[in-house]
Amino acid sequence: MNLTSRCKKKDDRQALLRLVIVSVNEEEIMNRREFAKLMGVSAAALSGIPLGLTRAAGATKGGTLNTIIQPEPPILVTALNQQQPTLTLGGKIYESLLRYSPDLKPMPGLAQSWEVSPDGLTYTFKLFPNITFHDGKPLTSEDVVFSMTKMLVETHARARAIYSRIAKSETPDRLTVVFTLKAPFAPFLTALDCTTGPIVPKHIYDGSDYRKNPANAQAIGSGPFKLKEWVKGSHVHLVRHDGYYRKDEPYLDEVIYRIIPDAASRSLALEQGKIQLTQWNDIEFYDVARLSKLPNYEVTTKGYEYFAPHQWLELNNRVKPMDDKRFRQAIAHALDLKSMAARVYFGMPKIATGPVSSKTKFYEPDVKRYGYSVEKAKALLDDMGLKPGPDGKRVTLKYLIPPYGEVYQRAGEFIRQSLGRAGIDIQLETTDVGGWADQFSNWDYEMTGNLVYQYGRLFEEAASTIDEAKRQEFYSKVQKILVEDVPVIWMFEAAYPTFIDKRLKNVTSTGVGIHESFSSVYFG
Amino acid sequence: MTSVTSDKGSRAGAVVLAVAGWALKFVAVVLVIATFNFILVHASPGDPAQVIAGQSGASDEKLLEQLRAEYGLDKPYPVQLATYLGRVLTLDLGYSYRQQRTVSSLILDRLPATLLLTATAFILALFSGIVLGTLAGVRAGRWSDTLLTILSLLLYATPVFWLGLMLVLLFSVQLDWLPAFGYATIGVPQTALQRMVDIGTHMVLPVISLAAVYLAIYTRLMRSSVLDVTHQDFIKTAKAKGLKQGAIIIRHILRNAMLPIVTVAGMQAGALVGGAVVIETVFAWPGLGRLIYDALLQRDYPVLLGVFLVMSVIVIALNLLTDAIYRMIDPRVSVRAAS
Repeated sequence: MNLTSRCKKKDDRQALLRLVIVSVNEEEIMNRREFAKLMGVSAAALSGIPLGLTRAAGATKGGTLNTIIQPEPPILVTALNQQQPTLTLGGKIYESLLRYSPDLKPMPGLAQSWEVSPDGLTYTFKLFPNITFHDGKPLTSEDVVFSMTKMLVETHARARAIYSRIAKSETPDRLTVVFTLKAPFAPFLTALDCTTGPIVPKHIYDGSDYRKNPANAQAIGSGPFKLKEWVKGSHVHLVRHDGYYRKDEPYLDEVIYRIIPDAASRSLALEQGKIQLTQWNDIEFYDVARLSKLPNYEVTTKGYEYFAPHQWLELNNRVKPMDDKRFRQAIAHALDLKSMAARVYFGMPKIATGPVSSKTKFYEPDVKRYGYSVEKAKALLDDMGLKPGPDGKRVTLKYLIPPYGEVYQRAGEFIRQSLGRAGIDIQLETTDVGGWADQFSNWDYEMTGNLVYQYGRLFEEAASTIDEAKRQEFYSKVQKILVEDVPVIWMFEAAYPTFIDKRLKNVTSTGVGIHESFSSVYFG
Repeated sequence: MTSVTSDKGSRAGAVVLAVAGWALKFVAVVLVIATFNFILVHASPGDPAQVIAGQSGASDEKLLEQLRAEYGLDKPYPVQLATYLGRVLTLDLGYSYRQQRTVSSLILDRLPATLLLTATAFILALFSGIVLGTLAGVRAGRWSDTLLTILSLLLYATPVFWLGLMLVLLFSVQLDWLPAFGYATIGVPQTALQRMVDIGTHMVLPVISLAAVYLAIYTRLMRSSVLDVTHQDFIKTAKAKGLKQGAIIIRHILRNAMLPIVTVAGMQAGALVGGAVVIETVFAWPGLGRLIYDALLQRDYPVLLGVFLVMSVIVIALNLLTDAIYRMIDPRVSVRAAS
């Protein structure tokens, strides 16, 4: 089916945007984070030059890293649960074939080198020797094939969308894996990170009911840290895996993830120096300016490149008058994003120009720019015949505030004021996480906020060609069409403040950032 | 003589009857509560499969189906309810697929932390409330009464989370005397004694914050109750007998003034089991309150139902205990009257 016919029906288009599924929400602010990976995130250079992690010369060994995990993950097996806290913690326990640099080039993970056949169908990975699981058993090519082609396609929705394209997998020897794809799929090499493709031990999971396997409590992986103790509601204690395959790594002895549910208490813990690292929105935006002044922390927004989270204002195109392009364009004009970035998010995010993050490869800057103009918004609304009533209101719509913290409440209030100037009256509604997921996935809302990690299905067409120029052409076309049509309002390329103790090095050395294994993190 | 024995016999019979009646009521009330819990919990929008799928970055229909089948949510409600009630009767609280643990182990993990926190705060609040309230009552109108009244009103009006945070700011951040959060130091080997001291220091701030509001309530209540009793005739009689002030307060005033306190304390003791969510959140205390709150947000039905059930059993048990204490303090309340 070609793109234009696909885009004929608005509902379909919006449904496509929602992508691989749907009930995206956001603890989320947090949790969808990993979306980008799917495919939004571009293909990487096919010539796999092993880069190797920049290893700090003379890195000090030892030390305990205290940090936060919030909310508490239900289990630690990333193959079975892909909520954001699970992935943050699980990244230390489970490793995957590749890692990614901040500009999203593949780097060696469990695989020390890789090759792609010229037709883009066959991928050959060579594993590092001497990789062991936490139970002491060796990790071999058999484990890789089992994880990716048997377990993950069963239990991991995002992995399923990618690894189910593997037609044939071979293990010529203990350290070599050969995957043959059903059709060329360029993003394959970018979808082998620890959140998408965690390698699990075959000897534990093969033939078992994965979700009910009693070993899930132990979370046996091959990562640099293994689970020592998990006191529910209090902390997760990880200690170094002595049989780790990278020389001298990991440098840290222990990583302790403390569960601190209250935002104010998290800020206090940081002020007190009890923790050396925060991630995602552990620290609320309104506290960032104040806490940035603390002398012993560095604040960075790096380390989220792989996820490229995009913040949207969802407009349910099934509800009048949001089915009218002019109305959606009016909202795009009426929303003062610049002030919103400054007042609600304290200057952290970058204003988005369209559906694709400027951090990713196929970003197209040459799209229609709306810009803040109440006059243009009013003109479009007049044109539609939506005249202001005696009270100045042209139309009343409900905005469902995503239940993920104070900042969403503030964003909702800003949107109400901003749109109110153009005569669009917004009523704020609240709900909890379960309620939001339910209403959102059943199209039972008018407007709501959303955070998405780029998308997929629409892009499969481009993904199946490995010609970079053709892919760029396709992506650019899609972006232009979508921005003209504004099925949703792309507001910001979300940014998160990561507070890092100045002594702590190498935390955001890859594009996967705080989800990464931390094997090379050390106290300097 | 005979009349006395038969009296004793009928009394024992009454007790047996009363206990049997209680037991019957107990089971009936628990079953009714369990049914209501089930209906309420399932009436909330969304289900655990949706919550998980929504927070997994990407998901599809297959994941939703898998999760719903695993959680038993694909069966009709009456079947789910019948299965659940059957389990309740066999004292099986079920299994949380979300957390891959039995609900009873999840609850047992959290219950000691919560009880340690709430029971300490409760006892502290109750005793100091009774003492301060009595002091204020017998010195009604003097400056010490005014001071206590102002203080207790202030405490009563202070939001508990704010008080907690202010205590942390002062004692942890500024003075660095006490730990700000958690229940113990992690990752340091300790002897049993060191561990007790460690947990004790971690408890100070949450216990004070939690006790503050209750302390205010008991002080106010005790004061007015003492005032009430002080003006009764039998106190005048006691004074006329030439009893000392201390003896009058302890033997006559306190005992009579206690009844309203016991009533209120009995009701609040139940709330203490699950009512410490805010304090547990502010101080990152790994208790039952947060287990409930998280389970609610995640729509973890088995955990929610399990905790609700355990809490209702505790509340019912505490009500029985309150009745018993009533009888100890005031012999006029008889078994017969209570049953």
